[in-house]
Amino acid sequence: MLVAKRLQKELVKLNEHTPPGITIVSTENFQEWLMDIEVLDGNPLYQGEKYRLKFVFSGSYPIEPPEVTFVKDATHPIPMHPHIYSNGIICLDLLDRQGWSPVHNVESVCMSLQSMLTGNTKNERPPGDDDFVRRNTQRPRDISFLFHDNSV
Amino acid sequence: MNMDSDEEFNSNSNVDMSSDEGFLDQDMESDVSLGDDYELEASDDEEPDIGFDTQDKDVKPRKEAYQVDFQVLSPADIQASQDEQIDEVSAILGQPPQNSAILLRYARWNKERLIEAYMDKQDEVLEAAGLGSVATEQPPRFERVPNFMCDICCEEGDQLDTFAMKCGHRFCADCYTHYLVSKITDEGEAARIKCPGDGCNRIVDSKSLDFLVPPAVKGRYRELLTRTYVDDKENLRWCPAPNCEFAVDCPVKRKELFRIVPTVMCECKHTFCFGCSLADHLPAPCVLVKKWLKKCEDDSETANWISANTKECPRCHSTIEKNGGCNHMTCRKCRHEFCWMCMGVWAEHGTSWYNCNRFEERSGAEARDAQARSRQSLERYLHYYNRYANHEQSAKLDKDIYIKTERKMTQLQSASGMSWIEVQFLEQASQALQQCRQTLKWTYAFAYYLKRNNLTEIFEDNQKDLELSVENLSEMFEKPTDQLQGKKVEIMDRTSYCNKRRIILLNDTAENLKKGVWEFNVEMTG
Ligand SMILES: [Zn+2]
Ligand SMILES: [Zn+2]
Ligand SMILES: [Zn+2]
Ligand SMILES: [Zn+2]
Repeated sequence: MLVAKRLQKELVKLNEHTPPGITIVSTENFQEWLMDIEVLDGNPLYQGEKYRLKFVFSGSYPIEPPEVTFVKDATHPIPMHPHIYSNGIICLDLLDRQGWSPVHNVESVCMSLQSMLTGNTKNERPPGDDDFVRRNTQRPRDISFLFHDNSV
Repeated sequence: MNMDSDEEFNSNSNVDMSSDEGFLDQDMESDVSLGDDYELEASDDEEPDIGFDTQDKDVKPRKEAYQVDFQVLSPADIQASQDEQIDEVSAILGQPPQNSAILLRYARWNKERLIEAYMDKQDEVLEAAGLGSVATEQPPRFERVPNFMCDICCEEGDQLDTFAMKCGHRFCADCYTHYLVSKITDEGEAARIKCPGDGCNRIVDSKSLDFLVPPAVKGRYRELLTRTYVDDKENLRWCPAPNCEFAVDCPVKRKELFRIVPTVMCECKHTFCFGCSLADHLPAPCVLVKKWLKKCEDDSETANWISANTKECPRCHSTIEKNGGCNHMTCRKCRHEFCWMCMGVWAEHGTSWYNCNRFEERSGAEARDAQARSRQSLERYLHYYNRYANHEQSAKLDKDIYIKTERKMTQLQSASGMSWIEVQFLEQASQALQQCRQTLKWTYAFAYYLKRNNLTEIFEDNQKDLELSVENLSEMFEKPTDQLQGKKVEIMDRTSYCNKRRIILLNDTAENLKKGVWEFNVEMTG
């Protein structure tokens, strides 16, 4: 099974070396991992916070992208960002089937999200956040986002 | 290939090869059209001698102004027309058919522009289509590379079979295959699958694909290529009916949709608009249909009160329920006859001065202030929406009643020994009702956007005539079943009268649309 083989290798590599600001939280099985990320460059929007990411892998990972969302609990808020909905769903082309390449992995997704936060200066949610969060019962993979603005 | 006998059939097998798709980013005039004689038919007002099979000479059907030429294609026809074009391009370019197929798919089946571009800059075109020098010289093959590590499975080793296209993004054979199979079977991609490398836009050519994927997946791959073929050609469109495998070839172009409502009928009998794939929406052009549906969706709450199936008798106020399609209502209690749509006295509907279908604009002082104007605009919308929704609803009720009647007729038939053929007239009547109500429904959306001029009165008269003929036929279905056989001639007469009125209305609207003499109160842009 490709997914197990691949995640096993990713885990070995991550245990050897984890990039700064990225922490492994739980990797018990090959269906779901939790990772924490921090923004290290002192961006006042995210200073002192840790954000928790949930990775859900389908049987087709890494051919298909994992489902990646921010999860909220007592110590982990959802980061403020015009591409992150307040329920933790992320609008990022990398995580969409069209934008995904099987060359990506958990580490590169974490790093992409770190840099997406680092470069942001807008203390706001995506337009229509309230509506989206109220109505959305879909899983992230079934939503087609429009990636008209990848500069943010 | 088979067509409904009512439709004109053009036996000319010449297929229009043109497409409006931009090719190689060249902004070229998009009117390239090979099947010129084919195209002209759609826009010409008179075409006395179009090629029909000689044996059909005596029964040559007349093409009505609202009809367009089209041809229904089976999966085998679609395959054959692809093969034909591939062979043609092969002969011109001197490339083997396999390569011509790749080139044509790359060029989105725009043969003229492909040939032109190929003559102009052969190497660039070959390269871009995935047929660059390396690919043409040697067939795709696996390689073993020293110190290789696959970025997908993270497997490493000198003995691993690996594959890369010209872009050089190399992965192990297993992962490459896995990736392609997933794209084809899970995501339904075929003609434009990209290299798995991050950010690489190189399209996986069919040769590499054939080399890498197992035979079982190739069938699905071919199917998807045919999908893309039809999607890429402006003159082709899939029949939108569920599970239907046929496509329709029609020369009407996207830019002509303001002047023509190209309505086609598939082998499976589904009638739909070639322009937008929605069910038959004659006489309204696609752009108005789109606006209307959007408006109805946005205003659904305002219009909700209309959907009620019960109303009060305007005379005695007892509750009346509508259980048939006919709008000619008779109150059970007081025998008052009225029209369900406008609640007016029915007897007046046959007279020329009565207008159930026309919205009377109030003029002068009444509509002066803003509030009155906004009320008037809502009333105007509701007037048309009411009639639109009513015909939709009535069509359903007509159908229900027909199904019930048919069941009873079958029982009657087996009891009395009548032959099946003798009840066919009911089916024809029911079909005419469905079709005419469908048309009437859209005349109201059309009328909503129509600006009043000297032509609208003729349109409204036609609409009224069709409406009356439909109600006259519809009420026959409410007769007791055992009387229907005796009404056969009458029902058949009313059926053909309905069909005739429909054709008159559609020809009038189509001719004026083609001439561009209708005026609309909205922008006719998508
Ligand atoms: Zn591999
Ligand atoms: Zn590549
Ligand atoms: Zn069909
Ligand atoms: Zn249409």
